[in-house]
Amino acid sequence: MGTLLEIGGLSKSYPGVKANDDISFVIQEGEIHALLGENGAGKSTLVKMIYGLVKPDSGTMVLRGEAYTPAKPIVARKSGVSMVFQHFSLFEALTVAENITLGMDDAPNRKELSQKIRTVSEDYGLPLDPDRLIGDMSVGERQRVEIIRCLLQNPRLLIMDEPTSVLTPQEVDTLFSTLRKLSADGVAILYISHKLDEILALCDHATILRMGKVVDTCTPKDETAKSLAEMMIGGELEIHAQTEFTPGEVALSISGLSLASKDPFGTSLKDISLNLRKGEILGIGGVAGNGQDELLAALSGEAKVEAGMLKIADKPIGQLGPNERRSRGLLTAPEERLGHAAAPMMSLSQNAFLTGRIRKHLSPGGVVNSRKTNAFARDIVKQFDVRTPGIHVAAKALSGGNLQKFVIGREILQEPSVLVVNQPTWGVDAAAAAFIRQALRQLAARGAAVIVISQDLDELMEMSDTFAVLSEGRLSKPQPSEGLTIEEIGLMMGGDLEGAAHV
Amino acid sequence: MFRLEQRPQPSKTMLYLTPVIAVLATMIVGAALFALLGIDPGSAIYLLFIDPFVDSYNLSQLFVKASPLILIAMGLSLGFRAGVWNIGAEGQFIVGAIAGGAVGLALWGTEGWWILPLMAIAAALGGGLWAMIPAVLKIKFNANEILVSLMLVYVAENFLAQMVQGVLRAPDGMGFPESRNLGRNDATSLPDVFPALGIDAGGVVMLVLLALAFFLLQKHALGFQIKLTGESSRAARFSGVKPGIIIAVCLGISGAAAGLAGLFELTGAAGKLTIDFPVGYGFTAIIVAFLGRLNPVGILLAGVVLAGTYIGGENAQFQLQLPAAAVTVFQGMMLFFLLGFEILINYRIKRLRRAV
Repeated sequence: MGTLLEIGGLSKSYPGVKANDDISFVIQEGEIHALLGENGAGKSTLVKMIYGLVKPDSGTMVLRGEAYTPAKPIVARKSGVSMVFQHFSLFEALTVAENITLGMDDAPNRKELSQKIRTVSEDYGLPLDPDRLIGDMSVGERQRVEIIRCLLQNPRLLIMDEPTSVLTPQEVDTLFSTLRKLSADGVAILYISHKLDEILALCDHATILRMGKVVDTCTPKDETAKSLAEMMIGGELEIHAQTEFTPGEVALSISGLSLASKDPFGTSLKDISLNLRKGEILGIGGVAGNGQDELLAALSGEAKVEAGMLKIADKPIGQLGPNERRSRGLLTAPEERLGHAAAPMMSLSQNAFLTGRIRKHLSPGGVVNSRKTNAFARDIVKQFDVRTPGIHVAAKALSGGNLQKFVIGREILQEPSVLVVNQPTWGVDAAAAAFIRQALRQLAARGAAVIVISQDLDELMEMSDTFAVLSEGRLSKPQPSEGLTIEEIGLMMGGDLEGAAHV
Repeated sequence: MFRLEQRPQPSKTMLYLTPVIAVLATMIVGAALFALLGIDPGSAIYLLFIDPFVDSYNLSQLFVKASPLILIAMGLSLGFRAGVWNIGAEGQFIVGAIAGGAVGLALWGTEGWWILPLMAIAAALGGGLWAMIPAVLKIKFNANEILVSLMLVYVAENFLAQMVQGVLRAPDGMGFPESRNLGRNDATSLPDVFPALGIDAGGVVMLVLLALAFFLLQKHALGFQIKLTGESSRAARFSGVKPGIIIAVCLGISGAAAGLAGLFELTGAAGKLTIDFPVGYGFTAIIVAFLGRLNPVGILLAGVVLAGTYIGGENAQFQLQLPAAAVTVFQGMMLFFLLGFEILINYRIKRLRRAV
């Protein structure tokens, strides 16, 4: 096998940040090459340059011996470079075949295409019905559509941007065997991820990026998850021990919670019941889009439900709005940091006021107490190690990890009796993620009840005392996390909520 | 080829400097326009932009024009901050004048210090209720408040025409379609407070309300909620803001302020209700609000500048035979430059180079 793509000294700067700095590496024909790095390490910028979406400031690329300077994605595709994005570009109201036609540069007629979709998808173990509507398909199936769309153009290099973040463990296995088959057929794969176990299991080579630079290359076979992680974050990884969990009395009780989604493609919550006790961390897993956002809205008070569906300390609160719930001790931190948990253009101080107003008594009689508000914001910045020039900086100026620390810190410092967080470490680098998990554990140790909604199973297994899965708006019966296997969880995530119960 | 590129950190200085630059650009382009029309650009610019602020007679007219503009703009700015676009202040101005005027006319012949305050309350209620029509329609049916409030301007104009030909027509007015002259009646005319700048009792009320608006935006939780709603409606709901209340409050306040402005105009500068009573303050106030950066202090300054163009424009009509529309052109140009330069606060123009 020869060299497919040789990247020499690629650099790209954006105002105020050097996204890629003199990046060089080589992809061989037919290999699965991992691009590993924390969020913000420059992985996306690099692949966008390879795919012709971003023009490098300097550097060269050589594809199969010829200079390669894709000005647009269409040029990249013609040269045999395809990409599957993390966020799909599919029209939900159209069928699989229609969507694929739209994405192709020279699409054959519909009948021929449908036939081709069937053959190619079966060849690679990703069966797909060309006549189904995208809107009816699961996220995993939608990803298949994106992959097949690429494969129909006979790529030599397939770029995959964090493909498993939306998949169940079973779907991940299917995807991996497809990728291995492609590799065996001579298609090189550039696999972007920060999930170490996947890279260990799948990839032939790995290039590790940190702060826009190549810091290491390795053969994953010879490494361990720990050594890869250390290359990635450039430091030693701390493993936290699980704290003792002694369940207290019921802090939050949910009974028969149902909520019709307002979004036609959203997920309605169906008959969710659970008792959350003081000191308990309940991990809620499941693939995104199975009711996570709706559950958070129902708990935060953004969506009101019947009074008795939610009870805090045995008092009904379902009919109350966000601030009334806050005053009763129920706090939440939504997934979307900018534009939901925090207002992008407002200062950290104002964002501290955004949810802290009630419990911290920041506006007695309606008049904002700036001194107290600033003190609260400074407290968050200090205790949660938020890296910022000051509390008068706009929220959007902070990096994702720092803003997330701020958002989580803002809720924790209000000493909630129940805290619900959605995707607390999504897109956050390893050090900040560890910090946030530790802070949530400490909160629970002080006697608060915590619900962590996450797509990251490792995270849930690491921190939760009890575990449940949200699937199509239904919640499985929470059970002790200890002793659960990935297979059991996978079955639950696939919708088998009862069958996996082992206690 | 050029492209707009987002700036990493917008400049704070430029944020406050853009209105000044916009006014300067208006002067320069305006001068060129005058030169093309064969009018001496120097004297035209002097008449429009300088003379209103140096000549003592002009100065005595300054706040007569500026007060209603500032008062209306102050109300509008609250809504604009929250993303509630009340474009119909002109209509609320008219209805406020009718409501307050009707009270004054009903009490015609009565003496008492309480009559003007009562009229003011009626005017604020009238303007506020008129603005509640788009508010209710938006809350209940998600109807676009821009369209509804704007259309209601024309309804208000027709309502005014009906009133001055009907129940509010002066009994001794020889059939002219106009009301009695409230400005020439002691109980219903606004007392002067600081005539050298044209500040009457209405101007004083305006200044007090402006200070209150400043306090509301800077120091009050409701002001925070208004700003938060405009910034991100989702974050606002998460914070516990009830969107319907913000819509109602913003439209209500801006309608009441416009209504009050209408009454002050009626009992001050205009004196009586006629078909020609509305002169476009409700629309010009939109420019004042934006030129003032939706900030109470900025609005005060912007109101004075725009009032100057009204006064200067009238003088220029007499002295240079400038068409009346020229003032409108100038005001439009100012808004145009302001919005144009505003983009450059957040973005910079980048020249695209050829491929590497």
